[in-house]
Amino acid sequence: MIPLLKRILKTGIVTEPVAEGDARREVDRLQDEVLKILGRALTIREVDAGSCNACELEIHALNNPYYNLEGCGIKFVASPRHADMLLVTGPVTKNMENALKIAYDCTPDPKLVVAVGDCGCGCGEVGALFGPNYATCGAVANVIPVDVRIPGCPPTPVALMQGILAAVRYDRAHPAVSPERS
Amino acid sequence: MQLFDEPIEFTRQPGIGAPVWQGRAVDGDELKDFAAAAHLAGGRLAALWGSDERLSGGGFRLHCVFGLNEGHACLTLELPANDPGYPDLSGLFPAANRMQRATYDMVGIGHDGTDQRPWLRHGGWPADWFPLRHDAGEGGDFSNLPSDYDFVQVGGEGAHEIPVGPIHAGIIEPGHFRFSVVGERVLRFESRLGYQHRGVERRLAGADFSTGAKILGRISGDATCAYAWAYAAAIEAACGVEPSPRALALRAILLERERVANHLGDLGMLGNDAALAFGLSQFFRLKEEWVRVSALLFGHRFMMDRIVPGGVEADLNAAAVKVLSDQCDAIGPAVKELHAIYDEHAGLQDRYLTTGPIDAALARELSLSGMAARATGLLLDGRCYRLDYAPPPPWAALGVRPVTDERGDVAARVAVRFGEITESLRLIRQLATQLPAGAVCAEVKPVPGASGVGIIEGWRGEVLVGVSIGADSRLARVHPHDPSWQLWPALEHAVPRDIVPDFPLINKSFNLSYVGQDL
Ligand code: SF4
Repeated sequence: MIPLLKRILKTGIVTEPVAEGDARREVDRLQDEVLKILGRALTIREVDAGSCNACELEIHALNNPYYNLEGCGIKFVASPRHADMLLVTGPVTKNMENALKIAYDCTPDPKLVVAVGDCGCGCGEVGALFGPNYATCGAVANVIPVDVRIPGCPPTPVALMQGILAAVRYDRAHPAVSPERS
Repeated sequence: MQLFDEPIEFTRQPGIGAPVWQGRAVDGDELKDFAAAAHLAGGRLAALWGSDERLSGGGFRLHCVFGLNEGHACLTLELPANDPGYPDLSGLFPAANRMQRATYDMVGIGHDGTDQRPWLRHGGWPADWFPLRHDAGEGGDFSNLPSDYDFVQVGGEGAHEIPVGPIHAGIIEPGHFRFSVVGERVLRFESRLGYQHRGVERRLAGADFSTGAKILGRISGDATCAYAWAYAAAIEAACGVEPSPRALALRAILLERERVANHLGDLGMLGNDAALAFGLSQFFRLKEEWVRVSALLFGHRFMMDRIVPGGVEADLNAAAVKVLSDQCDAIGPAVKELHAIYDEHAGLQDRYLTTGPIDAALARELSLSGMAARATGLLLDGRCYRLDYAPPPPWAALGVRPVTDERGDVAARVAVRFGEITESLRLIRQLATQLPAGAVCAEVKPVPGASGVGIIEGWRGEVLVGVSIGADSRLARVHPHDPSWQLWPALEHAVPRDIVPDFPLINKSFNLSYVGQDL
């Protein structure tokens, strides 16, 4: 126990607003903004619908002490029934198409959908490499309505935070139904 | 050369890579005899795939790679176009089961075994359509039908099933797990995969080398360097190109950095799954610092697209070398400290010890490779000396020390990961401070009709890529093989007898790739 506590003390709080390059300042700003805009908890159900897993690694990183997403009240949940937002990586494979639709239907309204990565957004060179083809439907938007896209291969944690924030802002500005969801 | 007194004549693949012996079996019996001899000698089935050779006047071709003491023996068998069948190898090598089923789904060449369940094909395309046949057409317009899967049923009083997935509880890739349980105790565990099938092999057919490299770097994003290197090695063997010593040293630095990054992340998760959130925070902090330096020095947090056929698209100057070795110096003691905390934490050890065990005999039986195999005591590591051959450069000069542990349980896999971090840090330091001078990338001219195999010891295990080049100088067939093909069945052996809540911990201790085997 003593070495453990020592280690904690030695590590300190790495999320502290000490200027350490642009990335760190950006994280601080984003965290403030998340709290200001949201002012409440946001729950996210992440769905990997065919990614190469690198997008997932960056989504994991959101919960490391540097980005500390959970500290802003943004939490990943196990069930889509508990989620405000679906964070979907793709290309959506044919073998996941059905499961993704079910997860979407299970998420209570009003819901936000964010497509992650060049694969999930169907953009750029990488988006074109993986679909649509016989095995994939391509972009997430080809399967369920999408509100916000976060391109990148994979998008960095900062880009992910910005995207999640944009989705929340978007939701505030369009409290009824988003245009893409006709 | 001949192996095991079998009639097949093998020739060594040219180049500097790991020893690969190429041979042809004249018929199914000869293949099966060779497989039996390889099995008797304690060999592994490293990979199995099929190809359509009808455009070049042949029929179909089956490719089997065996991992032996002498190196890898790559055996091909020509199959007639009208009746492409071959003998079932799963009786000798259980690992063949899913590879054979996938080969049928993709190419339509079948084995004569009893397990004919589809593997990669769910309901997305019809049973008589084979995506890797050159006359298959685009095939994008099939209706996506729901598909059932024939799980092995467990009967008896009180036995019931728990279905899990394809979408799992955490931020993790999809797959379906079927637990047959009595109370909390797992009697049988069976997985159904293929949910991540993106059709990459089909996409690779006809692609140029650089598009191929882009795709190979994304077969399994957490092992991007291992795949990119294995692909580059296969192309280089086929085209007779030798990457410079500097390029090889840089590749090794990238590969070892990938190994450290993944082990750091998994050790954090393994703390968390046993209720030590402290472990997650600490290791995820270290991992974040690690990948930031990767981004700084190599321009990408996971170092994607840095290894290309011919060499690398990255270089290090003196200042960068200092950053690299300084980071190794800083992170080494931190990991050591955490190792002591993990070792002395009664709660963790209670969860780790004797949980999810596999033994060396099973590891051999299932043709395992990599970290999980070494955690049963097997001395299998593509970077280390074997009885009959030295590892390819740059490993031979480094004297890589394999990390093993005989226990085979979660505790052993944790211990091996700790040990491998320490060893990788040593390797990175040594490689970086002794970087040979020279160019970092050589030109690669495609050789029409050539083929090659590349094998790299990734952080999970052996990543193998088979490449053949068409008459048009583009990729005709590329088969990437993930070690998870062999490791998933091992997980099915590790889980029974423990209780359902131990599953996440056992699963994480292996951390297998879904997408790597779903292709
Ligand atoms: S966008 Fe890039 S990192 Fe994300 S799933 Fe696609 S290939 Fe992988």
